[in-house]
Amino acid sequence: MVVRMATISAWLNIDGNCVVSALQEAAEKLDGAAGEVVLEFESVRRINSSALQAIEGLASAADKKAVKVVLRGVNIDVYKVLKLARLTSRFSFMS
Amino acid sequence: MVATSDQAAAFRGLENWNYSGWMCSSWATRPPGITKGAGMNVSEAVKEAAQTPPAVERLSEERIAYLERLVAQAKAASAVFTQFTQDDVDRIVKAMVLAGLAKAQHLARLAVEETKLGVMEDKVIKNMVATEFTYNYIKDKRTVGIIREFPERNLIEMAEPIGVIFSLLPITNPTSTVLFKCIMAIKTRNAVIFSPHPKAWRCCSEAVKIMYEAAVQHGAPEGVFSCLESHGLQDNAYLMRHKDVSLIDATGGPGAVKAAYSSGKPALGVGPGNTPVYLEKTADLNTSIVDILISKTFDNGTSCASEQTVVIDDEIYDLALKKFSELGAHICNEKETKLLEHTLIDPQTGFMQPMAVGQKATDIARFIGVSVAPNTKLLIAPIQGVGREHPLSAEKLFPVLAVYRAKSVDEALKVCVDVNHAGGLGHTAVIFSRNDEIVRKFGEVINAGRIIVNSPGSIGALGAVYNDLVPTLSFGCGTGGGNGTTDNVNIFHYLNIKRVARRTQAHMWFRVPNQIYFNMNAVENLRQFPSQSTIIVTNPALEHIGHVNIVRRYICPQTRVHVLVIPDAEPEIQVVMQGVESLNSYKADQIIALGGGSVIDAAKIMKLKYESPEADLEELAAPFLDLRKRVVQYPTDKIHRARLIAIPTTSGTGSEITPFAVLTDKKRGRKVTLADYSLNPDVAIVDPQFVMSMPKSLTADTGIDCLTHGLEAAVSSYASPYTDSNAMQAIRLAFKYLPIAYEHPRDEEARCMMHNAACIAAMAFSNASVGVNHALAHAFGARFNVAHGRANALMLPHVIAYNAAVPAKFMPSPYQYGYVAHKKYALVADLLGLGGSTVEEKVKNLIAATEQLLDQLEFPRSIADLGISHAEFEQAVPELVKIAFDDPSWRSNPRMPLLSELAELFWRAYEGRGLTKAAAAPRQQIA
Repeated sequence: MVVRMATISAWLNIDGNCVVSALQEAAEKLDGAAGEVVLEFESVRRINSSALQAIEGLASAADKKAVKVVLRGVNIDVYKVLKLARLTSRFSFMS
Repeated sequence: MVATSDQAAAFRGLENWNYSGWMCSSWATRPPGITKGAGMNVSEAVKEAAQTPPAVERLSEERIAYLERLVAQAKAASAVFTQFTQDDVDRIVKAMVLAGLAKAQHLARLAVEETKLGVMEDKVIKNMVATEFTYNYIKDKRTVGIIREFPERNLIEMAEPIGVIFSLLPITNPTSTVLFKCIMAIKTRNAVIFSPHPKAWRCCSEAVKIMYEAAVQHGAPEGVFSCLESHGLQDNAYLMRHKDVSLIDATGGPGAVKAAYSSGKPALGVGPGNTPVYLEKTADLNTSIVDILISKTFDNGTSCASEQTVVIDDEIYDLALKKFSELGAHICNEKETKLLEHTLIDPQTGFMQPMAVGQKATDIARFIGVSVAPNTKLLIAPIQGVGREHPLSAEKLFPVLAVYRAKSVDEALKVCVDVNHAGGLGHTAVIFSRNDEIVRKFGEVINAGRIIVNSPGSIGALGAVYNDLVPTLSFGCGTGGGNGTTDNVNIFHYLNIKRVARRTQAHMWFRVPNQIYFNMNAVENLRQFPSQSTIIVTNPALEHIGHVNIVRRYICPQTRVHVLVIPDAEPEIQVVMQGVESLNSYKADQIIALGGGSVIDAAKIMKLKYESPEADLEELAAPFLDLRKRVVQYPTDKIHRARLIAIPTTSGTGSEITPFAVLTDKKRGRKVTLADYSLNPDVAIVDPQFVMSMPKSLTADTGIDCLTHGLEAAVSSYASPYTDSNAMQAIRLAFKYLPIAYEHPRDEEARCMMHNAACIAAMAFSNASVGVNHALAHAFGARFNVAHGRANALMLPHVIAYNAAVPAKFMPSPYQYGYVAHKKYALVADLLGLGGSTVEEKVKNLIAATEQLLDQLEFPRSIADLGISHAEFEQAVPELVKIAFDDPSWRSNPRMPLLSELAELFWRAYEGRGLTKAAAAPRQQIA
């Protein structure tokens, strides 16, 4: 019988006013995440090109480290941006 | 003329570039060594290259990585852009327009210096039109979210950006095209990758840079515009096929457009032109000549919308040429014209030589060795025809204009059509005339997206200057030019337009004759209808039993009355036409139809043919889905007017108030059903005295027909509260009074109520129509010669059960909300007081009550009971199904019948009693 340890998610808030730096900070914390990290996007109303680039970078880093990234509270406008950039398949989403 | 090998080598690169359709060489960049009159044979290479797919595989890995970066950047920008609001983009657009206006002269100078084409001053104008005029057109237009609303249609249009656009830029209008496309892209939230013509790269990239900086500075996403840093055909081919490029906008020649359309991507391509101009004798000559000069010399004739051949009416030809000459044009003699032809048009291809494009008239004249005045603006070459034998009839993007002397309007129009078809289909045409009829004719015969009237072609086609066309730098040329649009390309071509269509409440109707008299002795009301000449249409039996005499008694005195006795059967065309003869010979102004459905139907058709002899019954019987949208319209022009009064003598068909009539065409062995509210009788007199002597079987048959009308109208997909009220009342009356009328034929109340029930049911079904029961009964009755009511009775319980079940296929109907047939039946059961606590129970009780009624009326309860063998029926079923499916009756049935279901219904009717054994069920008292 295999017993799996419960995964403890790291929970990080993404500040809507400084999305890029918050995402960079999150990328740095991937090492410490025990398999899963949840990013709270509640306060992110809109993302710019730099933020999109940072999200893509985060996805790549998470892939390498086999960390599951969950985006929580992503509004529909930002979700559509991620969809158009073909990034939604690289994250999990939580309402 | 063939270039030397050195010359060819020197231009090899340029030849290749022609693949993308850009004009390549220019006079001023002509390499040394090319002698006067020497043309370069680039066109064959152009043609060949256009047919050869570019070799994408030759791109280096570094190059591919570079192109991928450009696309990724544009893709990200376009994704981010989707979040922008209308205010956001409008703010950015305004800033870009101001930046473009500020740099209009700078960019024009760059363009002329680099391309060596055109006129700097004119290019400034182009840059200003591309910014200011475009802005003026788009500034108040919505391009984000809801862009248009049509409340009366419950429709809204919403904008969806396209994404990444790959845009080819021409050499002829390089910077103005950049400004225009950048403004359109931002207004519509798209990203663009530009690929300039190689000979216009510096000016284009500078224009893109100016637009980009202004846009990003005011909030546009980074990477929204990019410009290829160097250029190769392979780059274009790679980007045209890239999965993340959503649209190709190719402004250029046929090669560029063809490559764009061949890429498999949606493309906006604009095509080459060859603008014919008709200078018609009524034109204001002074204005016309100046307009042509303005247009043809604008930017040295580089606009593809500029005038190419002017066809001048004979009467004004000499004067027109004189005026041209006075205003700075040089009229070439025959020898000079030949020189122009040989030098400027490639004899192999018939296309213009690229090196002359955008050059001054004086430079061209000097090159071919023609002496002209120093201020010469335009070279005018008279031609005698159009086509390869007349080379100057081709497109010439330089200040050389062909003129043709036309002896008549007809000849002028034909020559214009010839020019139009010689490379200018779908593009632009111009007419100068004060004769509206000729202008209209010109518009009809010329295939051009823009037909410019009494104004300059090249500037007129740009829009918003001389007319109200949409401003543009890209002219759609329609299918004639291999394009998808004839529009002046603008913001709406850079958008996906989404239409949000809310359900509309379908308009319905309720139409019945405006006068219905009912109850015993209602026939007395005939007295109030004055008439000079009345024809009573009836059948022999009714005349025999004295009904006709009763009617005659109440017709206004002094009326000439004639009786037309027709056979007691469905009317034949021959009978109808005999009736029309009688109506004509007696000059009838009133028709009284006294009889059952057949007689009344005959009278309806007689009236139709009497009033409108041209009415084609065959055509009027054409099938339709919706009465109001039918293709064939009934005649409204009438040579006679006759009032039709229907007095039914049976209680079932309801023909006295319906808009239907059935005619038998014995010659062709078929029935023709006519349906139109104009067939409705003007007056119905529902007097039960005429049904008191109906035999029992006829009472039952017609009574069940009435009940079937009510039940089918109640569940019809065209049912409305108006028809429901009638249907329900008719059903109630039929259930209550039909058994009494059957058992006690002299019961006045029962006869009266059944007579009213038939008329009320007809009010329902003439507006809500019937259903699958009638389709089955029509097919079966005709095949086995079974009376209509009896055939209906055989199907009725099975059809109720069928419609009350969950449909295998729902019937699309804008008139219904959800599937309600079972609930409607339950409502009927409630009305009849049949009991039941659930819908299912109520439906079962209704079926049981129906079966009970049929038993009371002593109907055969299965097709087998009629003595039809299993084998005979089995053989007939496939054809019955086919006929039933062709019957229009079921089209308002709540459930769409599948062929297999029709067959199953026929078999249920054959076997008899379906879900309920009525004989075993307790007899129910109908409320």
